[in-house]
Amino acid sequence: MGPRELILGNIAKSLKESALSPSSRQEIETRLSAHANNTVPRRGQGENEAQTALFIAEAERVNATTERLDGLEQVGEAVLRYLASHNLPGSVKVAPHPLLENVDWSKHPTLDVARGRAEDSDQASLSVARAGVAETGTLVLHSGPECPTTLNFLPDNHIVLLPQSQLVGAYEEAWEMLRGDSNAMPRTVNWVTGPSRSADIEQTLLLGAHGPRRLHILIINDKKTT
Amino acid sequence: MQSTSRHFNSNARKGIADAKLQAALSKLSHGFPVKRLAAMARLPEFEALRDDARDIKEHTLANLGTYLEIYEAKVLESGGHVHWATDAADACEIILGICRDVDAKTVTKGKSMISEEIAVNEYLENNGVQPIETDLGEYIIQLRHEPPSHIIAPAIHLSKEQVAETFRGEHRHLQTGRNLDEPRTLLEEARGELRRKFIAADVGITGANMVIAETGTSIIVTNEGNGDLTQTLPKTHIVIASIEKVVPTLEDATTILRVLARSATGQEMSVYNTFSTGPKRPEDLDGPENYHVVMLDNGRSKMLGGEFHDMLRCIRCSACLNHCPVYKAIGGHAYGWVYSGPMGAVLIPGLQGLAETHDLPGASTFCGKCEDVCPMRIPLPRMLRSWREKAYAARLGSTKARFGLAAWAFLARRPSFYRPIMAFGVGLLALIGRRGRFSTLPLAGGWTASRDLSAPEGTTFLSQWKRGKR
Ligand code: SF4
Repeated sequence: MGPRELILGNIAKSLKESALSPSSRQEIETRLSAHANNTVPRRGQGENEAQTALFIAEAERVNATTERLDGLEQVGEAVLRYLASHNLPGSVKVAPHPLLENVDWSKHPTLDVARGRAEDSDQASLSVARAGVAETGTLVLHSGPECPTTLNFLPDNHIVLLPQSQLVGAYEEAWEMLRGDSNAMPRTVNWVTGPSRSADIEQTLLLGAHGPRRLHILIINDKKTT
Repeated sequence: MQSTSRHFNSNARKGIADAKLQAALSKLSHGFPVKRLAAMARLPEFEALRDDARDIKEHTLANLGTYLEIYEAKVLESGGHVHWATDAADACEIILGICRDVDAKTVTKGKSMISEEIAVNEYLENNGVQPIETDLGEYIIQLRHEPPSHIIAPAIHLSKEQVAETFRGEHRHLQTGRNLDEPRTLLEEARGELRRKFIAADVGITGANMVIAETGTSIIVTNEGNGDLTQTLPKTHIVIASIEKVVPTLEDATTILRVLARSATGQEMSVYNTFSTGPKRPEDLDGPENYHVVMLDNGRSKMLGGEFHDMLRCIRCSACLNHCPVYKAIGGHAYGWVYSGPMGAVLIPGLQGLAETHDLPGASTFCGKCEDVCPMRIPLPRMLRSWREKAYAARLGSTKARFGLAAWAFLARRPSFYRPIMAFGVGLLALIGRRGRFSTLPLAGGWTASRDLSAPEGTTFLSQWKRGKR
């Protein structure tokens, strides 16, 4: 008997001898396909504007910075301003995301824009979040040809574009968005709540452990298209 | 690692006498527990979420075989591999095999308690593969050849001076006179050292806080981002999980994540919660080409459904350690293995048997705080009592301990005696302890001979429990 059969056999034996009451295979399949919500905190629920305010407050509580922009045409300027404010060179590695293809980078000749995955030498990156969760100021990003995961972790400065229409109250709503996008999970889904940190030395909290030292969120007002 | 749990009593005495350790431990009460309370206060649904979290795990455990089979099928569907390991030796061999298949020289590692449990670092090293821990705390203790002393803050027993000394000894290519006085400079040095290693590694090994049957996904929870660099940069990602980590759906995992960080560090959410499903897709620009899950049993299937079944709900949040007067007095190394605190005192005998570990269940004042704070509502005191009774019945332990246990077991089985006697004891102790400390405790002589314990504040755990004040 191989290890798989041994382990599953031991599990079956223990369960049989126990007072636990198993569900039928049908019940389990139904539970999985229903993927019902458990308790969902009320704090994230409300109008989009209230959710945006909560998202900003929660993200800033955990040391992210945020900025609200009126449209995509302001993104280039905002990135330049951000880099300058931290004395960083005017260059950024950008996710090859359709939304960012709509940014007219040529208007900013002093900004060096490269597309693709992150390399160790990149000091700043710009990626696009699939969702923002108001409950805890959490960004939901996922892997794919348009959003390489290395952009979220390698560079010291991570800038994230979040369309305001993608802001939801609870994580569960973000799962529904992903299920709507595709019937298979991407390789990686990242929930990001603030910049990297560690308290492993004498319980002293320090930002910038291995991931980004700074996290800057650009919330784009994308709702005036009616 | 080799367990030294059988030397628990002398380990504990050493811990109490260690001034540096005591200084480090004294900070614990003002950190995690205070932040936990603040986080709970911000979330009115916290208690309801604890109930949900417990129920999710109970449902999954009652159907464990089915959920594991569904999980496995989903991993295969997404292009990953699942390897089953009955014990530590199996798991180590599987991991080495995968490393050899890709001709790995170095392996980066995210923090994983299972990896500590199976001592895979030692095994890889002995077989020519160099493992590199990348969580800051794990990196420090790996350099010092020490086991973790806390399940989420592995280097909590060390001072910054000790860390500086370790770095000076290890990072010999750096300037000798450099300033390493502050945690910040220590962190920067580790970050610089590890960056190159992240990029050079052939394989990345992470643990899994949970795995999800619905999607075949594994989850890691970190604050540093080290786990993500570990599992994104190398060509091969190995996940070490154990059978009780499975949950049904993304929503179920979400509920447990809501109680995990709050119970652990008092954060609303850890910085990085990462959900990984299979290897990179062909069109992806980064990510690993190979994804392996090693699914470990190591004694858990035998705990299922039995007296210590509830322990399988544990999500390794560390709340029970952070609130335990015994843990805070003796530190994690005293427990002699990789787990510690109340969860360790229950789990270690469960995984290793009682013969060598029978003193661990004595590591309790039965104050009940661990069960109070456990997000998964695990009845730790009840299980500690069961182990004590078993140890007594098997005639394990010293005569002195056994006499104490006999008296204690006699009383515990007769609640009508036990309660008034304990209540009397507590009343008396509160008096002689004068707000805070007492130095003799009936039936616990072994403890208080060398150490003052926190005096109970007014009532016994049992009487609070009866009044529903939990
Ligand atoms: S026993 Fe409970 S409190 Fe302790 S680590 Fe496990 S889940 Fe957390």
